[in-house]
Amino acid sequence: MKWHVLRPLWVAIGIVGSILIARVFLVPDDFGIHGRNFTYGFHRLSNIQEWKDFQVKYQGREYCVECHDEKVQMLNQSPHEPVECENCHGPAVNHPDEIEMLPIDRTREHCLRCHAQLNYPHSARDQAPGINNRMHSRRRDCVECHVPHDPREYKE
Amino acid sequence: MTCSRRDFLKEAVGGTLVSSLPLSAFVFLTTEEAEAAIAEAKVRWAFLVDTTTCTGCGLCVKACKTENEIPYEAPVTRTWVERYVVTKDGQTHIDSPLGGRDGFIDDKIRDEEIDPDNIDKAFFVPKLCNQCDNPACVQVCPVGATYQTHDGVVLIDREWCIGCGYCIMACPYGVRFFHPTAKVADKCNFCYHRISKGMQPACVECCSFGARRLANLEDPDDPVTKIIRTERVAVLKDEYGTKPHVFYIGLDEAVR
Repeated sequence: MKWHVLRPLWVAIGIVGSILIARVFLVPDDFGIHGRNFTYGFHRLSNIQEWKDFQVKYQGREYCVECHDEKVQMLNQSPHEPVECENCHGPAVNHPDEIEMLPIDRTREHCLRCHAQLNYPHSARDQAPGINNRMHSRRRDCVECHVPHDPREYKE
Repeated sequence: MTCSRRDFLKEAVGGTLVSSLPLSAFVFLTTEEAEAAIAEAKVRWAFLVDTTTCTGCGLCVKACKTENEIPYEAPVTRTWVERYVVTKDGQTHIDSPLGGRDGFIDDKIRDEEIDPDNIDKAFFVPKLCNQCDNPACVQVCPVGATYQTHDGVVLIDREWCIGCGYCIMACPYGVRFFHPTAKVADKCNFCYHRISKGMQPACVECCSFGARRLANLEDPDDPVTKIIRTERVAVLKDEYGTKPHVFYIGLDEAVR
């Protein structure tokens, strides 16, 4: 082959070769087809473990009962039994080790999530006891009178 | 060196056989590895939403955003709750302010007052990723950053995602969004970090009305799987052929 043809050919081979070499270093070892086929399973395998290691924040009632047995018992015997502790108290994360006090949501708006009457016939919202937000103790927080751990009781 | 015809044929056949054996045939699994592989194959996560018991409190949305570190004030969310109000004139009023994060405490819909006597029916529909069997979002990813795991959940590799947004356009359910701080595509993964530890997803845990439940379709004794198999359930946008795995009880034709 003539010299003027060979020169650009070497350049092209050099570029392709350097890309292939760079690829060996840049693409992780565990990148490949791991799922059922190329279309749905072409990925980095270690990413599954990375997602599994994501931090858990909501710990659940079983975690709260370890220390706050009394409050959980009170809640369990009240109509608010289905409401999770962390819905109002915020996620426990690693309480009490790092987060000493949980931020409690005592606002009127928080109670209204379930207890604002919307007049929706045949909807589940109609079955929860509801108030007319514009009429009922307009500017006060619900917890000033009602006991959230047992809504059948009232504060003095 | 001499070589008879018989020897040549013997060696040729033997050599062909050896070279046709793939290297993977020599990988031996330990007992634990084999057991783990079998156990992993026996999981297919699915979800059951009961629209008849959802009250639209939005605590699932709040829990999801906190659990999965989605910026709380940003108008993006992995799960959301839609309100449908069908009036007597045949109109359907739909809204989902901030994805229903703060619940539905006002009867106004998009600043429109609706006369309660004029309402035929009203209900709430929670939505989340359908973890499809044929996920369109995975097919379009140009870099292999999103994929389906062996238990059916579609995950996104945050290190590998280039943020091109093809998957956000491809999802027929509008589940994917661009994460404002991680700068990658994001979506619900059934709280993969929780379900792989035997916990419930955050939205399921925080639902006071049993409207959201997780199922393992490969386990016939799973109570939620029994409901999906024996009761009348529907999926969203079946016509797209994506084979969604979030099943709905009491799905109305007004839901889209």
